[in-house]
Amino acid sequence: MAEPLIRVENLWRKFDVSKPFLNRVIEREEKQFLTATADVSFEINRGETFALVGESGSGKSTIAKMMVGLVGISGGKISFDGRDMAGLSPKELRDLRRRFQMIFQDPFASLNPRWRVGDIIAEPMITFGMANATDARKEAERLLGVVGLSAKDAEKFPHEFSGGQRQRIAIARALSSKPEFIVCDEPTSALDVSVQAQILNLMRDLQDELGLTYLFISHDLSVVRHMANRIGVLYLGRLVEVSEAKALFKEPQHPYTRMLLEAVPDLALSGRRRKSVEGEIPNPISPPPGCSFHPRCPLVRPECKLAIPGRRPTPIGSAACIAIGETATL
Amino acid sequence: MSQSTSKLARMWDSDVAYSFRRSPVTIIAAIVALTIILGAVFAPWIAPHNPFDPSSLNLMDGFSRPMVPNEFSGNTYLMGTDNQGRDIFSTILYGARISLFVGFAAVAFGMILGITAGLVAAWRGGWVDSLLMRIADVQLSFPSILIALLIFGIARGVIPTNMRETMAIWVLIVAIGLSDWVQFARVVRGAAMVEKNKEYVQAARVIGVHPARIIFSHILPNVLGPVLVIATISLALAVISEATLSFLGVGVPPTQPSLGTLIGNGQKYLFSGEWWILLFPSATLLALALSVNLLGDWLRDALNPRLK
Repeated sequence: MAEPLIRVENLWRKFDVSKPFLNRVIEREEKQFLTATADVSFEINRGETFALVGESGSGKSTIAKMMVGLVGISGGKISFDGRDMAGLSPKELRDLRRRFQMIFQDPFASLNPRWRVGDIIAEPMITFGMANATDARKEAERLLGVVGLSAKDAEKFPHEFSGGQRQRIAIARALSSKPEFIVCDEPTSALDVSVQAQILNLMRDLQDELGLTYLFISHDLSVVRHMANRIGVLYLGRLVEVSEAKALFKEPQHPYTRMLLEAVPDLALSGRRRKSVEGEIPNPISPPPGCSFHPRCPLVRPECKLAIPGRRPTPIGSAACIAIGETATL
Repeated sequence: MSQSTSKLARMWDSDVAYSFRRSPVTIIAAIVALTIILGAVFAPWIAPHNPFDPSSLNLMDGFSRPMVPNEFSGNTYLMGTDNQGRDIFSTILYGARISLFVGFAAVAFGMILGITAGLVAAWRGGWVDSLLMRIADVQLSFPSILIALLIFGIARGVIPTNMRETMAIWVLIVAIGLSDWVQFARVVRGAAMVEKNKEYVQAARVIGVHPARIIFSHILPNVLGPVLVIATISLALAVISEATLSFLGVGVPPTQPSLGTLIGNGQKYLFSGEWWILLFPSATLLALALSVNLLGDWLRDALNPRLK
C-alpha cells in the first residue's frame, strides 16, 4: 500500500498547569502537568476520512491543534507526506502549511467580524503568495459558488450570515489554498441538526471532487458514522481503539467503545434498551494507574491496574485492552 | 455617486446614529463641543483681535467690562478685556486652540503608546505581560497630575534653557500622554486577550500569517470600540490636566496662553471686582470638558451591545 499522507508516531503533549512560581514556593507545591495526549499513533491514508472520537477532555482538540501547529508537541513526531514536520526550515514549513488547512468548531468565532467575506477567503491565497489581490478576489467569488453561496456574498460581513452559511464560508477559506489535508475540529457541533447534514454532505462532495483527506474530530457518533472510513477512539489522551468505521459500529472491540455505542440514542426505535455511559472521565492530572479506563470498565480485573496495555491487532483494526478476544460474551 | 449617497444613508440609519438622534443631551453636547473646537481651529479668522500682537494692544483698554464701552477709549468688548487690554473673547479662542492641540496630541500619544503596550502584552503573555502590567499598576498608584509634574521636572533639567520655551508645549504633550497610557493599555490588553483566543486568529495562525499582521489587521480592529470611548473621555481629562498644569505655572509658556493660563491669570483679579477675566475662560473650559465627557458617555452606551 502507498505511503500514508499523515503518520503520527507516539505523540505526547503535556500542559503545565502549575500555579504561578511565587504561589508554588509559598505553598510548597510541585509543578503539575496535565497529559492531554499520551503515546498516540495513527496513520491517515490519502483520500480517506479518519475520525477521532471521545468524550470532552479526551484530548481530541489538542491532537487537531498539534496537527496544524497551533500547539507544540511534547514528544513523538508527525510526518506529512513522509517528512517530519519538526525538522523543517521556515521555507519548507511554509510550503507544507499551504497543503493543510483547518475548519473550526464555532463559525461565529472563526470569521473575523470586521472583515468582508471576500477578504477572509482570499487571505490564505495572499499569505501564500498564490495570487494577487484581484485574482484572489475572483477566486474567492468562485469558491463561494463552490460551497453553495453566491459570488455577491463576498461583499458582505460575517454577521449577515447564519451559522450554516458561515461554516460554508469557513470551508471556502480552507479550500482557497488548495490543500490536500483538512483538519475538521467538530465542524458541525455548533450547528442545528437540520443544517449539520447539509454541511457534512458538502464536505463529502468536496472530498470526492478534490480528493481531500480529512481528520475529523467529533464527539457525535452519528456524525462520525456518516463521514468516517476509519475511527480512532480516544480515552484520557490515549487511543484505545482504531478500527474500520463500519465494523466498529457492528462489533466494537474495546469495552469503552462499546459503552459509547450503547449510549447512542436509538432513532430506529428497535426497542433496544439504552445504557448511559457510567462514571466520568477521571482527572487527567492524576490518571488512574494501569489502564486508565479500569475504574469504569465492566470487565475490570486485577492486572488492569498494573500496566498500561498496548494496542493489539483485532479483526477490524487494533485495540488497547488485555481482554480483547475474550470479551465476545459480554 | 449613488454609492456615496447610499453609504451616507446607511450611516444615518446605523444604530449609533439612531441612538444619537434619540438623545437631546448628546446633540446639545455635540453642538457645544463642535462650536468650541471650530472656534479654536478658525481662531485667526474669527477673533476680532490678535492678542499676541503687542502693537494692537492699548493699555487704555485695560479692564474693560463686558459689553460696556471703555471709559477712556470708548471701545466695546464682548467679554471685556484683561489688565493689558487684551480682548478676552479673542484670548479664549486662541487659548482653546492651544488647550485642544495639547489635548488631542496628548491623547494620540497616550493612545498609541497604550495600544501598542496592550497588544504586545496580550500577544506575548508571560513575563512581558507581567512586566508591562506591573509598570502600569505602579503608575496607577500615583495621581496622574503628579506623574505629569514629575516628567515636567525631569524635562526641565534635561532641556537647555534657551530651548525650554519652544519645547514646553511638546514636553506638556509627552507628560500628559505618559500619564494616561495605562488605561488604554489595560483595556486593549483585556480585549485583545479575548480576541487572541478566538478561532479567527487561530485560522490566521494555521496559515502562518506574520504575527505583526495578525495583531494589527485581525486583532486591532476588533478592540478599537472601547478604545474610542476611552479616547473621548481622556480628551476631556487631558484638556483639564493641561489647564491644571498651566494654572500651576508649569504648563505652556506665558507667550502661548492656554485656557489654564487665562484662568490662572484671571483669579488674581477676582477679588478686585474684575470677575469677567476669570469667569469666561473658566466657563469655556467647563463647557468643553463637560460636553466631551457627555459625548464619551453616550458613545460608551451606544457601542455597548448589552444596553441595546
